[in-house]
Amino acid sequence: MIEARDLAKRYGRLVAVRELSLRADDGRITGLLGPNGAGKSTTLRMLCTVITPDGGEAFIDGESILRAPLAARRRMGVLAHSAGLYPNLTAAENITYFGRLHGMPARDCARRVAELAELLELGDFLDRRAKGFSQGQRLKTALARALVHAPRNLILDEPTNGLDVMAVRSLRQLLGRLRDEGHCILFSSHVMQEVALLCDEVVVIARGTVVAAGTPAALRTRAAEESLEDAFVKLIGSSEGLS
Amino acid sequence: MRGILTVFVKEFLENLRDRRTLLAALVLGPIFGPLLLAGLLQFMMQRGEASLDKPIKIAVVHAERAPNLLLYLAARGIEPVAETLDEAEARKAVLAKRHAAVLWIPEEFAARLAEARPAPVRLYTDASDEIRGREVSRRVQRVIDGYAQEISRSRLLLRGIDPLVTLPIVVQPVDVSTPASRASMLLGIMSYFVIFAMLAGGMYLAIDSTAGERERGSLEALLTMPLPRAHLIYGKILATCAYMFIALVLTVTACALTLQVTRLEEFGMSASLGPGETLATILLVAPLIPLAAALLTAVASYTRSFREAQSYLSFVIAVPTLPLAFIGLIGLSPSPLVMAVPSLGQHFLMMNILRGELPQLTEVALSAGTSLALGAMLVWFIGKRYEREAILG
Repeated sequence: MIEARDLAKRYGRLVAVRELSLRADDGRITGLLGPNGAGKSTTLRMLCTVITPDGGEAFIDGESILRAPLAARRRMGVLAHSAGLYPNLTAAENITYFGRLHGMPARDCARRVAELAELLELGDFLDRRAKGFSQGQRLKTALARALVHAPRNLILDEPTNGLDVMAVRSLRQLLGRLRDEGHCILFSSHVMQEVALLCDEVVVIARGTVVAAGTPAALRTRAAEESLEDAFVKLIGSSEGLS
Repeated sequence: MRGILTVFVKEFLENLRDRRTLLAALVLGPIFGPLLLAGLLQFMMQRGEASLDKPIKIAVVHAERAPNLLLYLAARGIEPVAETLDEAEARKAVLAKRHAAVLWIPEEFAARLAEARPAPVRLYTDASDEIRGREVSRRVQRVIDGYAQEISRSRLLLRGIDPLVTLPIVVQPVDVSTPASRASMLLGIMSYFVIFAMLAGGMYLAIDSTAGERERGSLEALLTMPLPRAHLIYGKILATCAYMFIALVLTVTACALTLQVTRLEEFGMSASLGPGETLATILLVAPLIPLAAALLTAVASYTRSFREAQSYLSFVIAVPTLPLAFIGLIGLSPSPLVMAVPSLGQHFLMMNILRGELPQLTEVALSAGTSLALGAMLVWFIGKRYEREAILG
C-alpha cells in the first residue's frame, strides 16, 4: 500500500507539486492521470525516494519515505521514467545486479531471473548484452529488474512510452496478473485510453495537485458525463496535454 | 559494506567489456611507456655519438688555402670534404643539413698567418640543431683552437719565451656524476609517465560511473536501491582505484623490463629496477590512487555528459602530472613540505628507488600519509554530494 499526505515540491519559484495526497491499495491498479507537466513524475520520484519532498509525508506499507527510506525502498520496485540499462551487461546481469543490491544471495538471484524470464518472456535476449536492445526489450528488462526482489508495491513512470501495440498489450496483461496476486501497482500516464482500460482507481492530477480520485465509474458519475474522456477533460479543466 | 562490494564488482566487470576503458588502463601505459623510454635513449645516444671521437665530415671551401690545418683536422677525426660554394650556398647547405658544418678559408688566410697576425676562418653551423649542429661546431672549434695553440707555442719558442707563461691558470675538472645520476633525466620522465598512465587508467571508469550512468538513465533506478547513496559512489571509486592500480602495475613492470633489456650501462647510465625495486615503486606510488580516483570522480560527477566529463578530465589529469615534467627545470629538491604534496612526494620517492637509494621512512610516511588523508577527505565529500538531489542533473 502506498500512501501520500500533503506532498509538496518546488524547484526554485516553480511549484511542481502541492498538497498532494493519494492512496494506492494492495490488489488494485491505481493510475495517475494528468497532462504533461502536471506533476506526475515529480510525485512518483518523491514516492520512490529519488527526490526529497519539501513538505508532507508518504508511506510504503507503513514505512516512512522520510524517516526510513531504506526500509521503504525494500518494499517497492521502481520503473523509472528513463529505464536505462547497463549496455555492457546482459539482460540477466542487469537484473542480477539489482537483486544483489537488494541483498539477495547469488543463488536466489539466479532462480528469480529464471522466473522473471519466463513471466516476461525474456528468453531470446536474456543472455545478450543490452547495447542493441529494442525499446520493448529494454522495458521488459527494466521491469524484471524492478521486480527482482518480489516487491509488494510497484511504481511505474509512464511505462508504455514508446512501446508498440503488442508490447503495451503484454504489459497490460502482466500488470493485471500482478494485481490479481495482490500487488499494489501505481503508474502514471497521460494516455486516457490506457488508464481507462487498466485502472481500478484513477487519481487525476492537474497543476501539481489532485483534482479528483475514484473508480472510473465514480468519476464519470461525478462529472456527469457519459464517456470517461469527457469526464477527464471536465475534471482537469482543459484537454491540453492529454492524448 | 556488502553494497559497496556489489557495486565494485559490477563496475569492475562491466568495464572489462568496455574497449575504451581497457585501452586506457591496460594498453596505454605498457605500450607507450617503453616506447617513450626507447625514444629518449635513442635521443641521448645520438647526442652522445657526435661528442665521441667518431669521424665526422665537414665541407671545406677553398681547401687549397690551408692544407696544414686540414691535415691537422683530418688527423683528429674531422674529415674535410672539398666543396666549391659561394657564401649563400654555404648557408643553404648547412640549413638543409647537407653538411653538418662548412669551413670557409678566406683568401688572406695564408698571408696573415705568415705575418703572425690573426688569420680568420669562417665556420657555418646551425645552432638550432641541438644534436648535430652544436656538437659538431664545438668539436671543430676545439680542434682548430688546438692547432692555433700549437702555432702560438712555436712562435713563442722561436722568440725564446717559455710557452707555459701563457698558461697562468689551469682548470682541472673533476666529474663526480655517477651512472645513476646521469640517468636522472630519463628516470624523471619515466616517473612522470608512470603517474600519468596511472591516472589515465582510471579516467574512463570515473566518467562512466558518474556522468555516463546519468546520461544512460540508469542512475535513477540505482538510487531506489536500499543502500545509502554514499555507498554507491564508494563502490564506484573503489573500481576506479582498481583500474588505476592495474595501470600502475603494468606500466612500472613494462618500464622495468625495457630498462633491463636496453642495458643502460652501455650509455654510461644506470637505474636499478629489478623485481624488488619494481615492487617498491608500485607500493610507494599506490597511496596516491584513492586521492586521484576521488578527484576524477568528483570532477566527472559535476559534468552533464560523458563528452563534457572527458574534456574536463583531460585537464584534471594534467594537474598532478604536469609539475613533475618541470621539476628538473626549476631544480626543486625534496623537503618535508614538498614530500607532503601528493604526486610530488611519490615522484621523489620513485626517483630514490630508481637511483638505488633507500628512501627515508619519515619521507615515505609523510608522502603516503598526506595523500591517503586527502583521499579520504575527498571520498567523504563526494559521498555527501551523492546524498543530494543535484546529482540527478
